[in-house]
Amino acid sequence: MKASPFQYHRPQTREELGALLTRLDNAKILAGGQSLMPMMNLRVIAPDHLIDINRIPELAGIRETAAGIEIGAMTRQTDVLSSETVRSRLPLLARALEHVGHIQTRARGTIGGSCCHLDPSAEQPAVSAAFDAEFIVSGPNGRHVIPASAWFEGLLQSALGEQEYLEALRFKPWANGHGYGFAEYARRHGDFAVAGGIALLEGDRDGRITRAALLSFGVESSPRRLTEAEGALLGQHVDNLDIEPVIEAARSLEAMEDAHVTAGYRRHLAGVLIGRALKEACATLERQS
Amino acid sequence: MSARYFGAAVTRLEDARLLAGKGQYVDDIELPGMLHAAFVRASFAHGRIRSIDTSDALAMPGVAAIYTMADFEDIAHGPMPPMAPHPLLKTPITYHPLANTEVRHVGEAIAIVLADSRAKAEDAAAAVVLDIEYLPAVSDATLACDANSPRAHSQHTSNIAATMKAGFGDTAAVFAKADHVLTEHFDIHRGGCHSMECRGVVAHIDLLTGALTISTSSQSPYMVRRHLAGYLKRDENDIRVMTPDVGGGFGPKANVYAEEFAVALAVIKCRRPVKWIEDRQEHFVATTQQRGQTWTLDVAFDNDGRMHAIRGRCIHDNGAYAPYGLILPATALASFPGPYALEALDLSLDVVLTNLVPTSPVRGACRPNVAFLLERLADRIARHLGIDRQEVRRRSFVRADQMPYSTGMKARDGSPISYDSGDYVGALNLVLDEIDAANFPARRNEAKQRGKLRGLGIASCVEDTGLGPFEGASVRVTPAGKVVIASGASSQGQGHRTAFAQIAADVLGVELEDVTIETADTAKFPLGISTIASRIAVTAGSSVQLAAHKVRAKAIAFASHQLEVDEHDLELAGGAVHVKGIPDMKIKLSEIARTLSGNTGMPMPGDMEPDLAATAYFNSNALTFAYGANACEVEVDPDTGDIRVVRYVVVHDCGRMINPMIVDGQIRGGVVHGIGNALFERMIHDEEGQPLTTTYGDYLLPMASEMPRIEIHHMETPSPRNPIGVKGAGEGGTIPAAACVISAVEDALGPNGPFIALHPISPQQVVTWLDRN
Ligand SMILES: Cc1cc2nc3c(=O)[nH]c(=O)nc-3n(C[C@H](O)[C@H](O)[C@H](O)COP(=O)(O)OP(=O)(O)OC[C@H]3O[C@@H](n4cnc5c(N)ncnc54)[C@H](O)[C@@H]3O)c2cc1C
Repeated sequence: MKASPFQYHRPQTREELGALLTRLDNAKILAGGQSLMPMMNLRVIAPDHLIDINRIPELAGIRETAAGIEIGAMTRQTDVLSSETVRSRLPLLARALEHVGHIQTRARGTIGGSCCHLDPSAEQPAVSAAFDAEFIVSGPNGRHVIPASAWFEGLLQSALGEQEYLEALRFKPWANGHGYGFAEYARRHGDFAVAGGIALLEGDRDGRITRAALLSFGVESSPRRLTEAEGALLGQHVDNLDIEPVIEAARSLEAMEDAHVTAGYRRHLAGVLIGRALKEACATLERQS
Repeated sequence: MSARYFGAAVTRLEDARLLAGKGQYVDDIELPGMLHAAFVRASFAHGRIRSIDTSDALAMPGVAAIYTMADFEDIAHGPMPPMAPHPLLKTPITYHPLANTEVRHVGEAIAIVLADSRAKAEDAAAAVVLDIEYLPAVSDATLACDANSPRAHSQHTSNIAATMKAGFGDTAAVFAKADHVLTEHFDIHRGGCHSMECRGVVAHIDLLTGALTISTSSQSPYMVRRHLAGYLKRDENDIRVMTPDVGGGFGPKANVYAEEFAVALAVIKCRRPVKWIEDRQEHFVATTQQRGQTWTLDVAFDNDGRMHAIRGRCIHDNGAYAPYGLILPATALASFPGPYALEALDLSLDVVLTNLVPTSPVRGACRPNVAFLLERLADRIARHLGIDRQEVRRRSFVRADQMPYSTGMKARDGSPISYDSGDYVGALNLVLDEIDAANFPARRNEAKQRGKLRGLGIASCVEDTGLGPFEGASVRVTPAGKVVIASGASSQGQGHRTAFAQIAADVLGVELEDVTIETADTAKFPLGISTIASRIAVTAGSSVQLAAHKVRAKAIAFASHQLEVDEHDLELAGGAVHVKGIPDMKIKLSEIARTLSGNTGMPMPGDMEPDLAATAYFNSNALTFAYGANACEVEVDPDTGDIRVVRYVVVHDCGRMINPMIVDGQIRGGVVHGIGNALFERMIHDEEGQPLTTTYGDYLLPMASEMPRIEIHHMETPSPRNPIGVKGAGEGGTIPAAACVISAVEDALGPNGPFIALHPISPQQVVTWLDRN
């Protein structure tokens, strides 16, 4: 369980990072290393070059801008979790991060690393997809933005180009007092979820739903928005939501199976968990008066 | 002699060092010029090696040598000696140090690569080219019994390596007159072991003595020495085996392993020190695993729920080799009839070879399986008759007034097995009181309000401990008045130093801190067996007591001579021998030790034998039987199938406790092992024998976050079979735990739920069960 030989690089600036990515073949970026190092030690991957981005200060940090809340790719999960901005404006993200690994792994692991690695059960990419977050990417052709709808290309596969890196994520917070719900099932504390569900709601004065995001993760190879079910919620009253079609939508996804879990059980969980998430979102939705 | 320390929960003398990160494990050993080993291992479950091409690998940077079995031809050859020969095993089924032609499980070692770093050795191992003729593999023991199944060993005519039998009484007659007979089929999963420290070996040739010197993370340094000496045809004295700090053993490290031999052979060949540290990936495919078995049992019982007889058959998945002979399956048969007083028993067990990692005893060996079978049967009978589960047990257990109780079974030497002491019904009553079983219905209702299904489980067990023949100990007082204990019993973290020191300090009247211990070095004590089978407190503990008493007698004789006081008027305290009632009339132990170390030209006082020291071997001729009753409560989430153990209460009797805190630690860890068996640990293989769960992401160990608080209560029925009245405590936590948890889950799923006859169970399965209701 030792990695195969590689060369280690430690750029201090974004420019150096860009230059290394352009110059080097078969290179991997090292962020928190919580996914990358195990894969290297198990020799699942064998990069020739490792580019450590831990010393580029501009890549970490949380700022509120006119365009939304920007979270640098290198921001540690633990810092995202404890950020006042995140807790008050993006409570769903904080809620989800409590389920990411353990104190120790969150102290190293980064939000960008998780969103580039794209484990199907990962919470941070799932929350990003629920928020329609924007992925700010830099590369030889400068900086550009990839919307969440285009970011997820498949199992462990993002839309990031070979010579590009993720600089930050941008979240547009929902209205103050929006409802949010998060439910996942993992066998043990801190394990990757077997499946999970996310719900975001906005409502009008009367308690009618005006905006909804519903998402299942850990079920298909990428987080999956339940777009039709979202549409069906609009106009319904929060006290009297028809939850069954939402559960049914999650239950009819193409679920993955593995050595432990059948597709059938995963679909069952997807239904249970989206139901729980939605109920929690209803409960947290503040009535505007 | 006062018991200042024996029985006291003193903090462990080991811990200051271990907790401060100052432990010295195999991997901490650095020797000049040392090479690092990595093994080329089979990636397939069954095949014949046509050729091995090491030329590319040898040319890689930092590589010093690569050996295959053929390269050792001039030193030794053939399969390794069996650790425990058994008459039923006509030819031993052991590994070669490196596979010679046929490879029989994923992970079997084929070649050893030596390089100046482990990383480089792994690079080169990946570059070794194998030409393999693939053979069909069998990964399921039941399928392996089929006459048309592929053979795990291609030269065998059957995969059934042995058929073992056990029993007593006239089973047919008891079944014929029974009120009721039920038949159940049980499926118990194999599982792994996973000590925190994996295995590891550092070996070199000592230039001064020429001895092959080995440090290994093992429970059995003396067995490594014995079998390596036999294999190399050397005198045992030419081999020194040490076990430094060992980070957990739990059974698998009791085996003598192919890697230990391969590293030793490599050292002899290359004449340089070699280190091999097993990594977790290797541990999953090269360290022995637990105890996969299927059982079909008939049970005969009467209208009152009294169990009368059991008969049945077991298919035991032995894996590809039997390094430890038939010890593991033997413990299954020997664990019957547990706490139950049966009139008849008739069992047959097929030891079946598969192309999987071998199995060998892991904490409890097959005792947890048998506890599972018996306790499940008791619950099954209760359900069948519609009576309380406790009643079946109260009516069927051996009673306290029947002690000592001959079960009807025979020990390995043919002598009748007899339980020494205990109150099994009393333990059950106590645990039900402690968990407040009477008010359980209220707790079940309260859980129901929260949408949870709550269940109460119970399980009892009897555990044979103190396996013979012996572990010895010597006790010596140094001229500084310190006490040094040497023993062949190696420690894997159990706190031997503290426990032995407690025994010796009381006998010799010294402070605990004045006692140190030297174990696990074959150069420091001549003989040893193994730290296995909950035997060290009984065997070595008793020997420490006996040796300390000899030293005490010698000190008293010396003082009696010097002080001209009758021996009966002397006692030991405060590091001195003094006259009873006159503490100032004394001779310090240090002074006696100094005098008995001799002065040039001066005769020994009173013509005494030099050295204030003695050695003793307590022969443990009869087993001592610990026992316990457990109860737990679980909550099941009917939507996800999630199972949480919310309470766990243990009543345990291991005779006199040397240190209750150490006992509690053993029991608590043991329970966690059992909860892992019941709910989490699943070692999955595909039909071709490929392991599918070889990381801790896939193989779920129980974690602190999922564990309940484990409450422990003790009963202390001294064993009459050793001088200190103790019984073993290392495995009693594990043995009934899986049975207890499964009993609770079954109870939670209610009267319409399934009879659960397997483990581990999964949330997925729970959802299916509830769906079917
Ligand atoms: C015990 C344990 C439990 C865990 N449990 C969970 C869990 O429950 N949920 C969960 O979601 N995760 C879990 N993880 C994974 C953890 O969250 C990782 O931190 C995360 O997946 C990767 O983030 P990282 O910063 O460690 O990235 P790395 O491991 O350093 O990198 C991961 C991948 O992303 C690439 N990468 C990283 N940053 C960038 C960038 N800025 N631009 C381009 N590419 C980049 C790397 O090249 C690599 O391919 C767990 C990990 C461990 C060890």
